Amino acid sequence: MKMEKSYEIRLSGSGGQGLILGGIILARAAVLDNHKVTQTQSYGPESRGGYSRADVIISDRDIFFPEATNFNCLLALTQEACDKYLFDLRDTGILIIDTTFVKNLALAADNTYELPFTEIAQSELGSAISTNVLSVAFLTKITGIVSDASLAASIALSVKPSFVDLNIKAMKLGFKLAENYGR
Amino acid sequence: MLKKTTSNSTKAKTPKAETLKKKSSAKKAASKIVELESNLERKTIIMQGNEAVAYGALDAGVNFFAGYPITPSTEVAEILSAELPKRGGVFIQMEDEIASICAIVGASLAGAKSLTATSGPGFSLMQEGIGFAKITETPCVVVNVQRMGPSTGMPTSPAQGDIMQSRWGSHGDSPAIVLYPDSVKESYELTIRAVNLAEKYRTCVILLMDEVIGHMRESVRLPDMANVRVINRIKPTVPPHWYKHYDENQKYLSPLASFGEGYRFHVTGLTHDAHGFPTNKAGEAGEMMDRLRKKITYNIRDLVQIESHQMDDAKIAIFAAGITARSAKAAIAMARHEGIKVGLLRPLTIWPFPDDAVRKMLRDVDTVIVPELNQGQLIHEIRRLTKDKSESDVLSIRKVNGDLITPNEILRKIKEVI
Repeated sequence: MKMEKSYEIRLSGSGGQGLILGGIILARAAVLDNHKVTQTQSYGPESRGGYSRADVIISDRDIFFPEATNFNCLLALTQEACDKYLFDLRDTGILIIDTTFVKNLALAADNTYELPFTEIAQSELGSAISTNVLSVAFLTKITGIVSDASLAASIALSVKPSFVDLNIKAMKLGFKLAENYGR
Repeated sequence: MLKKTTSNSTKAKTPKAETLKKKSSAKKAASKIVELESNLERKTIIMQGNEAVAYGALDAGVNFFAGYPITPSTEVAEILSAELPKRGGVFIQMEDEIASICAIVGASLAGAKSLTATSGPGFSLMQEGIGFAKITETPCVVVNVQRMGPSTGMPTSPAQGDIMQSRWGSHGDSPAIVLYPDSVKESYELTIRAVNLAEKYRTCVILLMDEVIGHMRESVRLPDMANVRVINRIKPTVPPHWYKHYDENQKYLSPLASFGEGYRFHVTGLTHDAHGFPTNKAGEAGEMMDRLRKKITYNIRDLVQIESHQMDDAKIAIFAAGITARSAKAAIAMARHEGIKVGLLRPLTIWPFPDDAVRKMLRDVDTVIVPELNQGQLIHEIRRLTKDKSESDVLSIRKVNGDLITPNEILRKIKEVI
């Protein structure tokens, strides 16, 4: 994908959902696609619970300000995160929500994708632990922001060897969900 | 009996230790080849600011780290704990930050290139040791990844509250060298520079980082090792009985012997003479204090680094360091798009302060905006250098809630003044 301007993504939810790892995977995939990238995060001191977000900015030019301020794409895995960040999504932006936890949508965005990612991970992959990779794979397929091959390579580089197979499975499921979405 | 056991066990150990050594050296060679292929070929990869500091330290030749892990600097210690032993270096986790700074000073006196990394609370504890490194003219580097607020504050949030502390935190009026990067790549470069300047000027150099830069990941391609310039301390060439630990010369740079090399010197935090022995004589004390100052002021051109961004035709200048300078660059891009002539002056060396560059900026522009993540620190330095301008021409943007100053906030300020 040729970048016209920088593409801003925010992954948001609560601590323990793996959003920062999701951000790292996405950022590394973009580097493998030869883009310039910054990835920043904000999280509380807790390792579980509390708020957590990861921003990824992908561009072909130098990126000055490294935090996403006007998102092209927002992934919200909790109600709180969705409420907090929804209004910073630009008009043409893509909203992806996890309906396992997000029950209310304060604003009807045009490009909204709703799936119970956590429930799907639990039932299809046996654990909610892969929700991050599942939803990030869904996001990359919908936005086309990084190539499938780079995402797979990035996962292999970013997670512990014993978790690569599980996460690749989650990625493939995410791709499939995106391809079949709305059909 | 005890003696016998000891000597026996030593004897028993010796051959084993030798084989171990052989094995490890064989391993080391192999891992170096791996490193040459994977690391030193140096493709564009994604890297955190703290990682860049750790790899910068390794490339600069740092072989001793003593520290106490603290958010948001922990990754520096984490990486060096894995990498230093592989390369024959030493990593020690100390009981606290006071011990950490003392350990790196001691290691440096024994000939090591030493570094520690910490954040605000640890940096406060280290202040006395930093003063000791400065008065004993011992090379070492302290990395301070700043967090928000006094005391424990907000460990995972950014702030630029230690700008003045890095200059004045240690008592007794000693000059400081403090560097301030604004990106992951520059974190690597300025870590190497910090180690180099410490070795060259025989002092404690501070690398001031923003939490956001320490934790941020960026696509970065580090330079190949062949292009990395490393400075090592000057060693004495005189016979041991001629050696002066604190020798006067025109450039205020004097050779440094290590303990155990046969040179006799004394190290004390008390005011001392050229051999290091305590003195209360006004002449010798004055000389010592002069040397500490002059080795900075006489070499200011070597020490000061600034970035001038779109300043040629600027009517409004932004003066900012670290992450705030990146907000400023984004704001400048937006303002220039609307035809507003605005530029940025960014200090990479924050202390000694770039007086000359700031004076030129004050002459060239109508208004200076100083955004910073504190209650107002850099702005006092700008005002110090402001002579014939009314106060309103130097404007402050301050934020101390754990969030960054956004490009829009700076743009709004720019529009207020035009």
